[in-house]
Amino acid sequence: MTTLSQAPSRTLTRLTGNTWIRFAARRAGRLVLSLWALVTAAFLMIHLIPGDPVRAALGPTAAASLVAARRADLGLDDPLPVQYVHYLRDVLSGDLGTSMTFNLPTSQVIGDRLPATLQLALTAFAVAVVIAVPTGVLMGVLTRGGRARRIELGFTGTSVALGTIPDFLLGVLLVYVFGVSLGWLPVAGHTGPASYVLPVLSLAIGPAAVLARLLRVQMVTVIEADYMRTARAKRLPAAVLYLRHALPNALTATITVGGLLLSAMIAGTVLVENVFAWQGLGDTIVHSILAKDYPLVQGIVLVYGVGVLLVNVMVDVAVALLDPHSTTIREY
Amino acid sequence: MAMNTPAPARTRPAPRRGGGWLAVLRTPVGAAAGLLLGAVLVLAVIAPPLWHDQAATINTGDLLKGASSAHWAGTDNLGRDLFLRVLVATRLSVGLALLAMLVAVVAGLLLGTAAVVVGRRAARLIAAVVDIAVAFPGLLLALFFAVIFGVGTTGAVLAIGCATAPGFARLTQTLVAGVVARDYVAAARIAGVGRIRLLTRHVLPNIAEPLVVNATIGAGSALLSFAALSFLGLGVQGASYDWGRLLGEGLDGIYVHPAAALAPGVAVIVAGLAFNLFGEAVAKRIGLTGTGQPPSRGRAARPGAAPTARTSAEASTDVVLDVRDLTVTVTGPDGPVRPVRGVGFRLLRGEAVGIVGESGSGKSMTVLAVAGLLDERLQVDADRLTFLGTDLLSGSPRDHARLLGSSFAMVFQDPMTSFNPALRVGSQLAEVSRRHGGLNRRDAAARAVDRLRAVRIPAAERRAYQYPHEFSGGMRQRAMIGMGMMGSPALIVADEPTTALDVTVQRQVLRLIDSVRRSAAVATLLISHDVTVVGQVCDRVLVMYAGRIVEELPASELATKARHPYTRALVAAVPDMRSDPHRPLPVIPGRLPDPSELPVGCAFAPRCSLADDRCHRHEPPLETDADGRRVACWQADAEPRRGSDFDSRADVTPPSAHKTDARTHSAADAPAAPTGERP
Ligand code: SF4
Repeated sequence: MTTLSQAPSRTLTRLTGNTWIRFAARRAGRLVLSLWALVTAAFLMIHLIPGDPVRAALGPTAAASLVAARRADLGLDDPLPVQYVHYLRDVLSGDLGTSMTFNLPTSQVIGDRLPATLQLALTAFAVAVVIAVPTGVLMGVLTRGGRARRIELGFTGTSVALGTIPDFLLGVLLVYVFGVSLGWLPVAGHTGPASYVLPVLSLAIGPAAVLARLLRVQMVTVIEADYMRTARAKRLPAAVLYLRHALPNALTATITVGGLLLSAMIAGTVLVENVFAWQGLGDTIVHSILAKDYPLVQGIVLVYGVGVLLVNVMVDVAVALLDPHSTTIREY
Repeated sequence: MAMNTPAPARTRPAPRRGGGWLAVLRTPVGAAAGLLLGAVLVLAVIAPPLWHDQAATINTGDLLKGASSAHWAGTDNLGRDLFLRVLVATRLSVGLALLAMLVAVVAGLLLGTAAVVVGRRAARLIAAVVDIAVAFPGLLLALFFAVIFGVGTTGAVLAIGCATAPGFARLTQTLVAGVVARDYVAAARIAGVGRIRLLTRHVLPNIAEPLVVNATIGAGSALLSFAALSFLGLGVQGASYDWGRLLGEGLDGIYVHPAAALAPGVAVIVAGLAFNLFGEAVAKRIGLTGTGQPPSRGRAARPGAAPTARTSAEASTDVVLDVRDLTVTVTGPDGPVRPVRGVGFRLLRGEAVGIVGESGSGKSMTVLAVAGLLDERLQVDADRLTFLGTDLLSGSPRDHARLLGSSFAMVFQDPMTSFNPALRVGSQLAEVSRRHGGLNRRDAAARAVDRLRAVRIPAAERRAYQYPHEFSGGMRQRAMIGMGMMGSPALIVADEPTTALDVTVQRQVLRLIDSVRRSAAVATLLISHDVTVVGQVCDRVLVMYAGRIVEELPASELATKARHPYTRALVAAVPDMRSDPHRPLPVIPGRLPDPSELPVGCAFAPRCSLADDRCHRHEPPLETDADGRRVACWQADAEPRRGSDFDSRADVTPPSAHKTDARTHSAADAPAAPTGERP
């Protein structure tokens, strides 16, 4: 780093440009590797099931001829490597097989259900961020330099408690309070804006609490930094001081955790959809596991996995953008 | 946190062993968590034998009843008592969670310690697999494995175990790597100890405690995960029931019978918390690193701290800064302490004044107080504080902000940390003009480039678009000076501006400050512990000791006509070219008194070889002589005693002779603060 910062200026830019390309290449490489691992895992999943998955799916009373026919249909009689190659080829061309319960292409079933899940997860994440960022910043400013000890304790206590309650239990509590006791909001289905409130809140509150707590700590630390004193010496108004100078630095450190929370939220939809009878992927995967509809399970696992990997990539890019130093740090 | 937040890994192996587990019960949180955990475990053991039969009793007369004194949580659709069912379910819920955790620990240990046992390539493969697996949320992994192991109790235990294993493996890898790097393991290796034996004798005992703590926390998460799987219908099946299953069944009838869903929900949360909190408490106790929040103490300030007001000013156009009787008071637990005590000075247009003194003499605090940059919890009092004729003690902070923002520039000590790492250098400069100069974005950016050019930053246009980390230290310090020149500066305060730079760069920066001063008639106030630097670039020098000005004199007289013993000591401690480089530098014996324990009388007396009775009893006043020089010393005009510790004036080259010899450190700083001053 030292050598970098003291290098003559022309080399500097070239290095900087290179660093970005190298960062992108490395990141893309890792993504491809992870995708490959994911697809392989999804393929192996079915073959790791003890016994005959087709027999298990059709039930012990199914005729042997039917089982044999279905096995042949699914290509399960080919040698494993051949099946693997076929599977890779099919997945790459967007063919995820046929759902046994729906008798439809798996990709079609997923296409029908995915939007509901995406809406739920993304809305919840947006809500979590909208709650967490102002709260964290405000708390950081209020409690900077050890001020307002009591507020800090109260806030930390509350946010730890909220962050500890798992989303589906929170969902049950919300259903009870707002649906059953107060009767304000619908507790099931996907019917209109009001039906979003409770599922979104049950997904968002825990992560929002975690994020806000982390952001407060980061803000308090950043506010003590030397460059904040420089900014104060420029006599900037408080809003500029905290939002333009402090917040980006505080966010850099929270973004990684934010990404983990978002991927956890994607998985969290499985439970929350089941609490609120929300017809999305999560609802579908549970039913298909219970119905032993393996092609569909396989497909949904792939979709969830890809979602998580994309979130991870976005996090790395966001960190690189917010903290221009991070790409070079990894390099040198 | 179960599945929606990954548990943070606690990785530092504990220094002590054992003690933490009992001692943790003496902390309030630890005691509460321990009690809760104990209750949950006892319940898990005694509930089934006590109430199993009762909880299974079908009572057709009491179907789906609400909570009552006979049935605290009501009854289910077969008339069974739900409260008892929740209690009985404790065993299965907790037991299965512990079982799943056991699977996770064993699998995690096998994967995590593989590096010690198997070959390097296999170890790397395992690490890569673990790496990919931990990127996925636990619930997703649990569903994946639930498909493989099948729906049901056994399948769920294995699924949750396998889903938790990668995180545990990662933790183990980190811990093992820490232990393996230690000397005694290397020694054992060289001594030919086998791999398995190495693992069991040297590695495992050293990582056991953090693993157990993490497993305790993990058990809480496993409990929540298990409840989730059972709730989804993928866990416990048939006639047996755990909390998750009760919850799932309760949810269906939540409108008629909310208690049926709430009671098991509460049980899950309480039990999960018990494991989590207890684990966290132990982790904190034995000092494992985790999400523990760093203590947030220290200085923080708001812009425009309003000093208390008293006088207004008649402006003299030539006076840039006028400070009289400035005092800073810190109210601590032992009453008020005054790190700055009655400091007064004036700065004229274009003048270069230096303030010297050891670390802790109050010089930085003085200028921060003048600039209004001290934490507002410190009290700043003064008889007078005017900048360019404007009284800073009264009036609106907004007007002050505009004036100070455009005319009062500050350069701080460490250029590495004084720029905001997330913003481009140019935009950090431009915002001064945007805010205080009323320029639009484009004009402000153009001015920033112009100012960067003025401080001799090459390729200023391109540089303006770069981030601070792409600048070298000296370049950053120059950019900082350029930032001060965005408005129309009348004063540049530089607080140890060169301490963090190397010698050649130091000189450039000092020369730049000096040329700015000359070209624009800007007054400069240079704070330094280095009497040589101050002697080189200043017209006048203020010497501070223990929060007071003890001497003021022209810089040219520093070497020959200093009257205060402390000033003379500072000068004497400067090595000159003739002094033997192999001899240690002369130092001022003793140390600066702490502001909370100032001696009666002259604060320098304990270190002063001229001190007499009067010095120890009465503090000398700061007297001004006919030429405007000031000194606070009873013996100011006495000849220094022969052979005193520090009087070696005869050997000292005047500081002006050091012009080309700016030093990174001065001997004066050595005795009081060997670590150097970092305000
Ligand atoms: S007043 Fe006395 S003790 Fe203080 S500096 Fe002068 S001679 Fe030394």
